[in-house]
Amino acid sequence: MEIVTSVCFGGLLVAAVLCLVRLVRPGSLADRIVALDSLLVVTVSGIAVLAARTGTGAFLDVLVVTSLLGFLGTVTVARYMERRGA
Amino acid sequence: MTVVDVVASALLLSGVALSVIAAIGLNRFPDVFARMHAATKPATLGLLLVLIGAALRVADSGDVAKLLLAGLLQFFTAPVGAHLVGRAAYRAGTELSPDTSLDELAAAGPDGGASAPGTPR
Repeated sequence: MEIVTSVCFGGLLVAAVLCLVRLVRPGSLADRIVALDSLLVVTVSGIAVLAARTGTGAFLDVLVVTSLLGFLGTVTVARYMERRGA
Repeated sequence: MTVVDVVASALLLSGVALSVIAAIGLNRFPDVFARMHAATKPATLGLLLVLIGAALRVADSGDVAKLLLAGLLQFFTAPVGAHLVGRAAYRAGTELSPDTSLDELAAAGPDGGASAPGTPR
């Protein structure tokens, strides 16, 4: 299980770096929203993999709150973008 | 490793693989909508696989409930968020890729009908 979760962490690290690359590359505001959203999904996955590795649920509250805050942030910025019109 | 561990490992690895593929697509695809197409798959399926894999590994039933709650919330909120981002991007006039073959909202005007009367803001 240690090996499997280490591989998972490695893959999530690659995914997070690619999301960050998309975030800093030139693009529209929607591009950045999508990139940050993906980065948050990667973070939540990382917390779940950590729980699977240790077998304890100490961080699972963080997982629930993070995914909810991610949705809230996405909706907020999307509505802001729609009103601003850019 | 028990059978449960093997199943959990397979679920975790496939969920992570989806995340990596989506992150690659995020950098390779030509416009916002194609990138969203890549990015919203792991937001539901990939994360759900990882959460189920983790739920098989944690011992406490309260922890399993938290993981299922997170999965359920994500399952309902991710499509809503993606829809809002796509709508906002189209109405803001984000240019489509030249390879786009069909734009069904083109008849509604350049902002996708956002300025039409009675449109919810």
